[in-house]
Amino acid sequence: MILKVAIVQQIDSMNPFLAVFQSSTEIGRLMYDYLTAYTAADQTVTEGLANKWEPSPDKLTWTFTVPEGKKWSDGEPITARDVAFTYNLMLSDSVARTANGSFVTNFQDVTAPDDRTVVIRTKTPQVTMLALDVPIVPKHVWEKVSGIKDYANDQMPVVGSGPFVLTEHVAGQFIKLKANKNYWRGAAKFDELHFVYFQNSDAAVQALGKGEVDLVNRMAPAQFDSLDGKAGVTRNKAQGRRFTELMINPGAQTRTGEPIGDGNPALKDVRVRRAIAQAVDLDALVQRVNLGYAEKGSGLVPPVFGKWHWQPTEQEQRRFDPAAANAALDAAGFPRKADGTRFPLRLIGRAGRAYDEQASEYLKRSMGEIGIPLDVRLVSDNQLNEATTAATYDLAFSGWATNIDPDFILSLHTCAQRPGADGKGGTTDAYFCDETYDKLYAQQLSEFDEGKRVEIVKQMQARFYDQVPAVILSYENALEGYRSDHFATFTTQPAQGGVIMAQNGMWGYYGAEPAGRAVQAQGSRWVGLALGGAVIAVLVAVVVVMARRRNATAGERE
Amino acid sequence: MRLAGRFGGAALSLVMVAVLGFFLFRVVPGDPVVSMTRGRPTTAAMQAELRAQFGLDRPLPEQFWNYFTSLLQGDLGTSFTFRRPVADVILERLGPTLLLVGTATLIAVGLGLWLGVRAAWRRDSGFDRVTTGVSLTLWAVPTFWLGMLLMMVTGDLFPSRGMRDTDTAPDFVSQALDVGHHLVLPSVTLVAVVCAEYMLVMRSSLLEEMHAPYLTTARAKGLRDDVVRRRHAVPNAVLPAITLVFLRFGLVVAGAITTETVFSWPGLGLLFYDALTGPDYLLLQGLLVVTAGAVVVMNLLADLLHGVLDPRVKVV
Repeated sequence: MILKVAIVQQIDSMNPFLAVFQSSTEIGRLMYDYLTAYTAADQTVTEGLANKWEPSPDKLTWTFTVPEGKKWSDGEPITARDVAFTYNLMLSDSVARTANGSFVTNFQDVTAPDDRTVVIRTKTPQVTMLALDVPIVPKHVWEKVSGIKDYANDQMPVVGSGPFVLTEHVAGQFIKLKANKNYWRGAAKFDELHFVYFQNSDAAVQALGKGEVDLVNRMAPAQFDSLDGKAGVTRNKAQGRRFTELMINPGAQTRTGEPIGDGNPALKDVRVRRAIAQAVDLDALVQRVNLGYAEKGSGLVPPVFGKWHWQPTEQEQRRFDPAAANAALDAAGFPRKADGTRFPLRLIGRAGRAYDEQASEYLKRSMGEIGIPLDVRLVSDNQLNEATTAATYDLAFSGWATNIDPDFILSLHTCAQRPGADGKGGTTDAYFCDETYDKLYAQQLSEFDEGKRVEIVKQMQARFYDQVPAVILSYENALEGYRSDHFATFTTQPAQGGVIMAQNGMWGYYGAEPAGRAVQAQGSRWVGLALGGAVIAVLVAVVVVMARRRNATAGERE
Repeated sequence: MRLAGRFGGAALSLVMVAVLGFFLFRVVPGDPVVSMTRGRPTTAAMQAELRAQFGLDRPLPEQFWNYFTSLLQGDLGTSFTFRRPVADVILERLGPTLLLVGTATLIAVGLGLWLGVRAAWRRDSGFDRVTTGVSLTLWAVPTFWLGMLLMMVTGDLFPSRGMRDTDTAPDFVSQALDVGHHLVLPSVTLVAVVCAEYMLVMRSSLLEEMHAPYLTTARAKGLRDDVVRRRHAVPNAVLPAITLVFLRFGLVVAGAITTETVFSWPGLGLLFYDALTGPDYLLLQGLLVVTAGAVVVMNLLADLLHGVLDPRVKVV
């Protein structure tokens, strides 16, 4: 039994130290376990390669236990030495930090005093020690690798610790994995997992309808609707991990305080930013642009992450109110001019993304109502990235996928993420820099009481909402579909309303259960194959007949 | 002498292309490192590391010098996206592209020229009107739309993506049949779209010959109409079509970006598309050199062949 999954993004590398594309990371999760994992049911921390962990009283030393009995796919035992080897490789070789370096920047050293124990010492207390998304590689394979940079990791089958083993990779076409019989949680309930590459998501949706693939994700609302009632297909409308935002240039500056970019100076005034946010009807956007397949935005952490998600209280809530927004702009010192406008703004978004195309039209009207004429420019992905990196925007559409631990998405808005004096090296999202927010960020990073940390994280989101460097517009649903005539169930994360693909884990694929009597569409495929053959045969026949006719009539010439 | 000049000109064009390509793609907006790492926990140090790995931290003149000197040694550099030598990545995609675009071009040329001759010979007949009308319509239709439409109306007769299935038996016959099966829709799409060009060129150049006195002479000799057309009119009218065909053969290598994208055909067109989204500079430069090289070589061949087909054109 084979599970065929459609992917629409290229694979950059199968080397887990180099792979940065989301698709590669997703496949990497199937090949290698991490030190710890998240459960499918409620996304809490659970056993990965380690089954026990303990921070020291000063929180600077973490001791992880790797239990006996776990094996690599080639039968070798998995030990603490593999874990220490992986982290030390990253600490000693900057190339090995290419993909996951951010997780080890605060590491002092990593040792394995025996086969079962890993000791990690950090420079400062770090609360995210159970959220280290670093694939652990087998020491006995990787210690023979001379240069990480040129290692493609394509010695098939690739030795790993995850539920699947990579067996074949044809670039731009497909990737094949087999169930790992040595997997410590037990082998998957089907034999092979194939990822087939689609450049065109419409074709992927069609292929699902025809039964060529069994699982498709990231569908657009219209594509999702087109599968409604299709025999053999079950749709999964899941709570997504992504949000879409409207960035408002808050007067971008570099890390050293130099102004950068060309944002409209009026936007430096927080009252103006609030007024803009107030003039946008988020409910209407969700209904008309997301076609209802989204939830209204508020904080930086989507509701799928439960306790970390923040909702404004009745008082904090910024209600859609153009009249109040107009009054606020008047009060802020931006009265309407004779022609009824206050000041113009530019909005930049991505051409070809349906959301940006439709929402920009909508925003044009909303901003018009508060006297702000909007100049909309939809550009390529690269141009959009360039403009937001260089802060050459007033308003811009953006969006992020978030993780279970909120640290990453929160870190994007700290002052230190802004670029250096040369405008390079920045990883800021919206050029936000706020003392209160930064203090809270540092606090949560060393708050080991989860209840208290949750509170701080919520305060940060409230501060962000109040200062509006960006309006969180919506949390899109993840729209997925699968062949329920081939696979009866998939494990979603979280159990209620969760996703199958793009999880913080490998449960979706690993937990797939084949349907009782799988009816793969072999019959129609043979018809197709025969037809393919027939077409080729006809083509050949035509060529032959024409050639012969030519010869025959040539003989009749004068 | 003139032959040497032709070769020299071709070589010079190639060098120009290599130089131009380097600067052309640097103007493409976007920072490869930023777009690659977007959405992941990335530190400034990690970005700097990637820049250093790709050689993007060097000054532009130095990057150019490195690129140009390795190019002269046949080294196209390493792709950022695929982390493999550009030459390997391109070579891997060359086969699928030659298969798809080559097959489609051959069919389109054969069909187009044949239809063009028939249409011109019986000008204004029902056959002429229908074939001209249909092929013009198909030519005007967006390739993307036509491809999707074909995919939809053929239901599950043909696969929607790629060149082969992942679970086809490994023996040669099964694999060949599977590739043939996958080839049908993309090549039909491609033929439908480009056929009109050959047909119209052939038709108009034959129409110009239709009233030439030598055809009257041929008829006066009592030759059958069919023979007059085949032996006398067509050989004289075929030259513009030949030029076109060779130009097109040069472009075969460039793939068919839209068709390959619709059907996820793993060829050079799709590679171009992927490289642009990086932007993967070295891959783009490599693709430009290879495709431009093919056009230059085919142009040269067309020039030389003209001399053979038409003695009036003297090359040497």
